Amino acid sequence: MPKRPAAGQESVYRAVNSKRPVNLDLSTIQFPLPALTSIAHRITGVILFIGLIFGFWALDASLSSAEGFATVQNALASNFLAKLIAWGLLSALAFHFVAGIKHLLMDIDIGVTLEGGVKKAQITVVVSAVLIILAGVWVW
Amino acid sequence: MVTNITNLGRSGLSDWLVQRASAIVLALYTLFIVGYLLFSPGLDYAAWSGLFSQTWMRIFSLLAFVSLAAHAWVGLWTVTTDYIKPTGIRVAAQSIIILAIFVFLVWGIQVLWGA
Repeated sequence: MPKRPAAGQESVYRAVNSKRPVNLDLSTIQFPLPALTSIAHRITGVILFIGLIFGFWALDASLSSAEGFATVQNALASNFLAKLIAWGLLSALAFHFVAGIKHLLMDIDIGVTLEGGVKKAQITVVVSAVLIILAGVWVW
Repeated sequence: MVTNITNLGRSGLSDWLVQRASAIVLALYTLFIVGYLLFSPGLDYAAWSGLFSQTWMRIFSLLAFVSLAAHAWVGLWTVTTDYIKPTGIRVAAQSIIILAIFVFLVWGIQVLWGA
């Protein structure tokens, strides 16, 4: 006889004693593409927020004086780490931008079907991949 | 109706609208800055600081920074509320985020109008 559940644990109790089949092989479960782009939209948002430190630093320095402008210019022209950060942030921005446009389209009822959602997620990935490559070309 | 006391507009619909309006401002600002940098290959300090000394550019930039503050709060509030369940840790994280947003906003204003 199973132990009686404590208050608030009824759902766990029911799940454990359920006769319904359970899939224990989690590797067979995959996120659909729209779920992955949704998570990536959130992750790139967090990255961009942290990246604001570099963005505001560059804006501050470049506007403070001619020397500051040259410092930012030289960093972006010859410092590998600075280029990498710039490319990373531009990439996050590109994806966040494209995924955001997708959101705005859905808000005006464009492509709010299952097929439309998958298709728009695919377009988001392809368009942002192109932009990320172009951003890399721009930085280097 | 559940009223939340930590989100920006105290209502999901209000946050939804703020997120869209600020997103459009930020998209336009991003396109402008990227376009400007792409089409000014030999950019120098005089032209760059000249751009930011224009009143319209300061208005546009401040609008973008304020939009950024709202956009970041709505977005990070959503993310922290979704993933950080223990109230103490979540409130601590959200407090740090608010402080960071405030610092960025003041920093941005200082950059625009000079120290």
